[in-house]
Amino acid sequence: MIDTPGAGTAPNHGRASGIANETRLAMYSAMWRARVFEKRAYDLFMSGLVKGTTHLGTGQEAVAAGFSTAMRDDDMVFCTYRGHNHTLLRGAPMDSLMGELLGRESGCCGGKGGSMHLTDVEQHAMGSYAIVGAHLPVAAGAAWASQERGTGQVTVCFFGDGTTNIGAFHESLNIAAVWGLPVVYVCENNLYMEYTPISSVTAVPNPAADRAAAYGLNRIIVDGNDVDAVYETALEVIEDARAGDGPSLIEAQTYRHYGHSRADPGKYRPNDEVEAWMNKDPLVIYRARLEGMGFTAADLDRIEASAGAEIDAATETAKAAAEPGESVLMTDLWADGGSSWRR
Amino acid sequence: MATLTYREAVARGIAQEMARDESVLLIGEDVADAGGVFKTTQGLRERFGPRRVRDTPISEEAITGLVMGAAMNGLRPIGEIMFSDFLATCWDIVANQIAKTRYMTGGQIELPLVLRSANGGGARFGGQHSQSVENWAMAIPGLKVVAPSTPADVVGLMAAAIRSNDPVIFLEHKALFATKGEVPDGELVDVLGRATTLRTGSDATILALAAMVPKAVEAAGILAAEGITTDVIDLRTLVPLDVTAVASSVARTGRLFTVEENPRLCGWGAEVASIVAEECFWDLDGPIVRITTPHIPLPAADAIEDMAIPSVDRIVETVRTSMQ
Repeated sequence: MIDTPGAGTAPNHGRASGIANETRLAMYSAMWRARVFEKRAYDLFMSGLVKGTTHLGTGQEAVAAGFSTAMRDDDMVFCTYRGHNHTLLRGAPMDSLMGELLGRESGCCGGKGGSMHLTDVEQHAMGSYAIVGAHLPVAAGAAWASQERGTGQVTVCFFGDGTTNIGAFHESLNIAAVWGLPVVYVCENNLYMEYTPISSVTAVPNPAADRAAAYGLNRIIVDGNDVDAVYETALEVIEDARAGDGPSLIEAQTYRHYGHSRADPGKYRPNDEVEAWMNKDPLVIYRARLEGMGFTAADLDRIEASAGAEIDAATETAKAAAEPGESVLMTDLWADGGSSWRR
Repeated sequence: MATLTYREAVARGIAQEMARDESVLLIGEDVADAGGVFKTTQGLRERFGPRRVRDTPISEEAITGLVMGAAMNGLRPIGEIMFSDFLATCWDIVANQIAKTRYMTGGQIELPLVLRSANGGGARFGGQHSQSVENWAMAIPGLKVVAPSTPADVVGLMAAAIRSNDPVIFLEHKALFATKGEVPDGELVDVLGRATTLRTGSDATILALAAMVPKAVEAAGILAAEGITTDVIDLRTLVPLDVTAVASSVARTGRLFTVEENPRLCGWGAEVASIVAEECFWDLDGPIVRITTPHIPLPAADAIEDMAIPSVDRIVETVRTSMQ
């Protein structure tokens, strides 16, 4: 399942024979919850109710679902501005995330963060970081504290393919390897950094996996649209990290259904490429697999309907919540709860 | 009471807190085995062991990111950035991440960390190893900024910085490392945001920071001999800013001079001057005057570096002329 350094590039498609039925259904549910959340976020953005920006991970849900299902409750997640899926599936309540997108005081950050900074520390979703690469060393630091304090926590850090070309990537992978930190770095390679193909600006074909050898790490590529494969890989590398075997770097190959952000239609992507990836929609693939294994259509329909009901309720709750006022604006800069810079 | 150098005081302050609190750790380039390039962390690895005092690669984004992530997860880390000029290489982590995280997450994340760095000129190092960057940090909401001038203040403010639950930029001045001062025995814990008045007079207030403090004190002595007596205030921290100390002094003296090592534009004195102009205007008997490094990078040659940084003579001359 895991390639050795310099070995072939065939991604792991996962045989998944040992995965429990409940786990499979949980992952199917997770992917649907993420899908409907982001579909609603997109619709609300297009209708002007979600302001600013959104970066959707629609099409990439299997990565978040596979990893979050493989984590222990107190394992930590760091993600990027394309972080709705990761924060939701780590356990943040849907209404608090929708509240944050809608600029409500009930939002997970009280309205101060917005779409690009979703955070829920109680659920160990340690933040969405909007400067490319910034959270890689921060994730290393959280893992360093786990190592020093002996908590047994593993930190999982998600980032995009574009991050592999920024200096913080190198600094973080190096120190994580040198100190043997319990951190798993997961590159979601969706082939485009923003509007430009990652392949046209990168010296190697696999932007993360081909760099692993530079840090003495294994070359690991996984089919990021196959939730079973992601889950199996996640279990293995998280277990390694928890056992003290140090960090891993995973390249999960996937694709985003929408453009980079906001209303970007993604016209820079060839139609046949988009079509090929749409045919590999992780939710569609997984439903077919589950039905083939004997799960009933009714059971799977129920999971989808439940996700739909949850987003409807979360949207109504968030819309009904109050907008933040000055008491939110001027608080929580400092430990004393305020924002005064003088005495 | 012991006589310590400023550089010894850095190690003393860190050691005091590491001995008291196991969650305090120190990382940075050359801080462990080498004891720091300025010998400010000498003896710490020997005393506290290689896990709590740890060398890093030359990776400033990693250093700042590591202390940020560790502070999120139960440690109280100290990171050293060897020269404050190098903060520019990790300014994303400092300005966009560390400074903003508590606010942006609605108070969910606390970052009790200290970033220490050797700041300032006078060592003939040229434009990339001599800058006074305190105003960079001061301009970012969410960072506390400390710049002590004496060994005793180094120890007490270091302890206060480490115990603070807010991120603190702690600037140690290169030109002061060899200076000596009395440091009281026993545990020393100071308060962030409190200026100290080093000299009192009735004609003017002179504000200074870090290496400008001893120059301001010396200049005040010369001016006093000429009949111009001044308050000399060491601000010690820029954030929080002790506006009360400045305003009450200006209310008595009616004149304000700032002595700043930072280049002219947007130096800390500009902010203080604007506050005094807004809030103490009717106390003023004359213009506020800023004595600063010109708006240039610092040169290397001793003859012109000394011309650039405010000197005792320049302070005396400027105050004397302005008070005529």
